[in-house]
Amino acid sequence: MASALPPYASAGQRAWFYSFRIICGLIFFFLIFPVLIIIPLSFNAEDFFTFTPKMLALDPEGYSLKHYRDFFTNPDWQGAMWNSIAIAPAATILATGFGTLAAIGLSQSNMPFRSAVMALLISPMIVPLIISAAGMYFFYSRIGLQGTYMGVVLAHAALGTPFVIITVTATLVGFDQSLVRAAANLGADPVTTFFKVQMPLILPGVISGALFAFITSFDEVVVVLFLGSAAQKTLPWQMFTGLREQISPTILAVATLLVAISIALLTTLELLRRRSERLRGLTPG
Amino acid sequence: MTDTAHTSPVLTTQDGVPLKVSIARATRRQKFRAFLLVSPLLLFILITFTAPIVDMLYRSVENDIVSETLPETVVALEGWDESSGEIPGENVFAALSRDLAIAAEEKTHTRLGSRLNYENPGMSSLFRKTGRRVGRMDEGNYTEQFIDIDADWGAPKTWQVIKQFSSPITAGYFLAAVDAERTPEDGLQFKPSDERIYLFLFWRTLLLSVTITAMCILLGYPIAFLLSNLPMRTSNLLMILVLLPFWTSLLVRTSAWKVLLQQQGVINDTLVWIGLVGDDSRLQLINNQTGTVIAMTHILLPFMILPLFSVMKTISPTYMRAAKSMGASDWYAFWRVYFPQTVPGIGAGSILVFILSIGYYITPELVGGTSGIFISNRIAYHISSSLNWGLAAALGVILLTVVLVLYWLYDKIVGIDNVKLG
Repeated sequence: MASALPPYASAGQRAWFYSFRIICGLIFFFLIFPVLIIIPLSFNAEDFFTFTPKMLALDPEGYSLKHYRDFFTNPDWQGAMWNSIAIAPAATILATGFGTLAAIGLSQSNMPFRSAVMALLISPMIVPLIISAAGMYFFYSRIGLQGTYMGVVLAHAALGTPFVIITVTATLVGFDQSLVRAAANLGADPVTTFFKVQMPLILPGVISGALFAFITSFDEVVVVLFLGSAAQKTLPWQMFTGLREQISPTILAVATLLVAISIALLTTLELLRRRSERLRGLTPG
Repeated sequence: MTDTAHTSPVLTTQDGVPLKVSIARATRRQKFRAFLLVSPLLLFILITFTAPIVDMLYRSVENDIVSETLPETVVALEGWDESSGEIPGENVFAALSRDLAIAAEEKTHTRLGSRLNYENPGMSSLFRKTGRRVGRMDEGNYTEQFIDIDADWGAPKTWQVIKQFSSPITAGYFLAAVDAERTPEDGLQFKPSDERIYLFLFWRTLLLSVTITAMCILLGYPIAFLLSNLPMRTSNLLMILVLLPFWTSLLVRTSAWKVLLQQQGVINDTLVWIGLVGDDSRLQLINNQTGTVIAMTHILLPFMILPLFSVMKTISPTYMRAAKSMGASDWYAFWRVYFPQTVPGIGAGSILVFILSIGYYITPELVGGTSGIFISNRIAYHISSSLNWGLAAALGVILLTVVLVLYWLYDKIVGIDNVKLG
């Protein structure tokens, strides 16, 4: 019905076929338009959030890189950027390490209390961020981690682990356990087996899990807002204050850079997915 | 080999151990190894995530500040009947003077004052004022001296509040979180309906979340249907249009909507340019509920499309063809044959969108103004501005309960193992 119109379709069917496509086109437009519109707006030569007459006339004078220049020279934005760069990878390493080990354990058929443990480990993804943030703020200030780099990293790692577990478990579903037995049979110890046999095969799942954990930390604002002090101000936090208090067009330049990062991540994930499907022989080529 | 199997009824392994025992031992070792692999993360999550949540549960009922700051007074108050309508006796005032003298030295009386101020406005200044002068009190006749400092000490209401909150555990925060209060005269009752801010906020959060979920179904269903029926190549390409917003930072999407929906923003400019609205009657699209619903529908739409898509992809097109070959119209075949098979996908997507939506904080805070904010924004306000952590915790526990019930439902319907990403 939606894929192609048969030659014998009636006028009514034809009308519906095209109007359905138009409706879908409009919804796609709604999805993608807000993400794309900020890109041209970020090159605005004025401090406005809308297209100036000069921009609409495609006059080169209407465009400039001044908001990008501001981002790369303003100490507030630069500090925030470096904090983000310091926090996200540390949280990603913690989440990926713990998460991968746990996913391997959870995929074994005789794991005790499997569903209860799974539900507990996935819960950081389900509990609303404001509640996690509130609880962590109360608890971390009791144990002296509130307002420290360590506290923010631990919290972000906890929020990222469910994604690692989900992606790695999904990869392990297609993993042939007899390969591990074969390796052991040929004299490999468990550690060698893990790094030489299991790891290369589940690597796509681990990497996409790590990307999810990274983006979780890199985008996260609620927890860091409560848990961090001014010294841990991250990029999303700076954007949040910027949007709430003095809205400056530099935000649009930052947003454009973040969209570029998302496109890079999306491409990597798509390539990984194809590779993993090819390895498992799910799709030819 | 065949001989041994015949002579002994129990199967054994080569070294003579019964097979069952040997298998049990191997299984136990495997179980232990599986658990060992999970335990680092389990421990990590218990410390960094579960402990904070438990701490919050505790904070929502914790109330040891009165008994810690005024230990002697609390003991002395046990003999006083709060429904008598009279103030307590001299022994209580004497105990209070000793407690407050210590508290004023350690400067803990102001904290107690601000805690009790949540229950009875005026307590904060009462304690601060009294704390300054309690050191200069003379021996004896404490009742008169306290009432001299502030007449509130002569009011039974002051003492009722102190006595009511002297037990180490209180339901007071939860009562406040549902706009109820307990008074010695009338017992448990709701506040007058124009003062019920939290019930109203919970109601609004639910209502807006339902609206957002419905909008997501409405917009997500056609997209998922189109994607699942197009040839693989085209649908993979179009899928990028769904995944790119999904992967774009939440703050980026919220800033985009803030820019688009402003009165001087792109949408209003375009509408004015087309001539649909006059320049002086630009639409108010932001800092109200419209802003929250539009921005959050956009942000949560991929969470509806992805589960719907994965369900629709498994529905065989032959069912629809069969229905049509037997004379069903397009609409009838869709409604009676195709649609019922997509209901699990709608259920999964709706629960997911709804769970995410009722806990949202950032987007309502930035585009919601005052009429479009959620209960989360109130929780954040109590943590960082009013510092009423107990009330924040109680509101959080109520919200958490709702989410956990939905999570349980989701697990029953979809299964946590079947959560897919991207």
